[in-house]
Amino acid sequence: MEKFTPFESRMVALPRDNVDTDQIIPARFLKTISKDGLGDQLFNDWRYDAEGKPKPDFVLNKPESKACKVLLAGDNFGCGSSREHAPWALTQYGFRAVISTSFADIFKGNSLKNSLLPIVVPPDVHAELLKDPTGAVKVDLASQTLTLASGRKVHFPVDDFAKHCLLEGIDELGYILQQEPAIAAFEAAHPAGIDTRA
Amino acid sequence: MKSRTVIEKIWDNHVVAERGNAPTLLYIDLHLVHEVTSPQAFDGLRQRGLRVRRPDLTIATTDHSTPTTPRGFPIVDQIAKAQVEKLIQNCKDFGIHCYPLGSDKQGIVHVIGPELGLTQPGMTVVCGDSHTATHGALGALAIGIGTSEVENTLASQCLLLKRSHTYQVRVDGALKPGVSAKDIILALIARIGIGGGTGSIFEYCGSAIRSLSMEERMTVCNMSIEGGARAGLVAPDDTTYQYVAGREFAPKGAAWDQAVARWRQLPTDEGAAYDKSIVIDAATLEPMITFGTNPGMGIPIRGAVPNPSDISDPLERDSLARALVYMDLPAGKPLLGHPVNVVFIGSCTNSRISDLRNAASVLKGRKVHPSVRVLVVPGSQQVKAQAQAEGLDQIFRDAGADWREAGCSMCIAMNGDSLQPGEYSVSTSNRNFEGRQGKGARTFLASPMTAAASAISGKVSDVRELL
Ligand code: SF4
Repeated sequence: MEKFTPFESRMVALPRDNVDTDQIIPARFLKTISKDGLGDQLFNDWRYDAEGKPKPDFVLNKPESKACKVLLAGDNFGCGSSREHAPWALTQYGFRAVISTSFADIFKGNSLKNSLLPIVVPPDVHAELLKDPTGAVKVDLASQTLTLASGRKVHFPVDDFAKHCLLEGIDELGYILQQEPAIAAFEAAHPAGIDTRA
Repeated sequence: MKSRTVIEKIWDNHVVAERGNAPTLLYIDLHLVHEVTSPQAFDGLRQRGLRVRRPDLTIATTDHSTPTTPRGFPIVDQIAKAQVEKLIQNCKDFGIHCYPLGSDKQGIVHVIGPELGLTQPGMTVVCGDSHTATHGALGALAIGIGTSEVENTLASQCLLLKRSHTYQVRVDGALKPGVSAKDIILALIARIGIGGGTGSIFEYCGSAIRSLSMEERMTVCNMSIEGGARAGLVAPDDTTYQYVAGREFAPKGAAWDQAVARWRQLPTDEGAAYDKSIVIDAATLEPMITFGTNPGMGIPIRGAVPNPSDISDPLERDSLARALVYMDLPAGKPLLGHPVNVVFIGSCTNSRISDLRNAASVLKGRKVHPSVRVLVVPGSQQVKAQAQAEGLDQIFRDAGADWREAGCSMCIAMNGDSLQPGEYSVSTSNRNFEGRQGKGARTFLASPMTAAASAISGKVSDVRELL
């Protein structure tokens, strides 16, 4: 995982509530066995017409959305399926953070494991961002600060451990494997009740 | 000792380590693997030179991108074929037992776990799939995970997890005829919304839940994620033990007695506190149907589709208005009588033998409306065999329905079974998201009985008129 560094970017606003992972990346693209090549399919069914041409009125296809690293989303973003293809598609498109009033649990966990920062803001901050939806924001994870175009600074919550992993660019598995003695001790004390190979 | 809920007891029993600011390291008793969310995880293991720590606690099957056409047929979709073959190769390479296409035990991962007796009370169960909560019906803590966590579990048999809030869903009273487990869960989600359970784990309790069969409990637990919850479970009781007893992987002999004695300690203690609670009166429930593009957009079968102009919150109003445009439905009118093109009876929500019996009881001696295509897709090859032994397949065929092989099928439309753009379905699956059943598809979620009644009339129907 790449180290998460501070950045400034304009936003792409998609202020719809309850955007599910089937919209972020439709199921028919999940037949891939790799993580790559999903950025072009991000929001596929909203983004392209029946012939596969970009729909000019969809926000991602507007010229000002080019190279934006922040998605301004609606409430309960990422609900539905557990597909990690959703954060893969978002990061491959170029997003590094999603701002919303809330995120679905699995999506949030999956994003943090892929250097995509879910930023939860209160409704009044969300409303201010929506007034200038293409405005620039600054994201600083170390100080957990989102700086709005107006200069207003907003503190956002992040789980300590996830923050550490993001800033250092390390993934969880390394930490888990270091716990080998505790895992072995647990297994010794708790013999398994099943053997799937039996 | 402090009074604890069943959720806390199972959690406490599986804590491996709690260190510094890291989340709890939790041990996983059963890991279910399928073709869609696993290939990148196995590649991750290869890159790091790791093996699967506990192949004996891991099981695989193919369900999502697999055809439901007769088993001898090849997989036409070459990308799907490659994915299915990749799973089989990965299982070979890492020593994992797999029930592949062609096995008489293949099926939807959440149907075969309980059916084989792999899922047992008190276990922690994970799968790279959000409907893992299904296994909660057996009194297990069953959590849906992403591919990184699939890799973590393969490598370490552990997950880093933060404790969720406990959310008591109490359903008391008796269901009226024509109303089923599916209607309980659709009514709950309509009430709390699809984000209502975010950050929580549901415990379903109350007299109505107690009187449900195991399979009905699976239907309820299955859709916990549709209420935003990380998991949902029912504390084990005699119904649970009777279900598990004698299944292939269930404990036998003295080990069985010890297991049941252990499981009897699991139910929530008197006086245990929950972070949140809701009470539902089962007697007031009616058959439910969804009209919109998320599972929270549900109404009683005779109710009217809500009107966006009645909603004050702008984003909520917008989301309802968008849903009605996508569904091409007028606001304020009932859904009853709306024509449908397809009826799908299947998915990990409603594809078990009791679901098929319910649907068959409505279809028996009747004919499917000539303008409707009806797919009946059993959840597993074992369910299929049982249904055929009971003659249910003949009832479906005589009625004019299509009887298929086991798989996810039109629940997710990855395998070639899908709606045409603009078509309407009544579906017993769990998601009505835009495009879920095919690009441009429009889905009404309902119970198997409602689906069967709608198949006969070709319109959204109230099954109670046929009872
Ligand atoms: S039946 Fe549907 S919800 Fe269930 S595992 Fe398959 S695709 Fe997922």
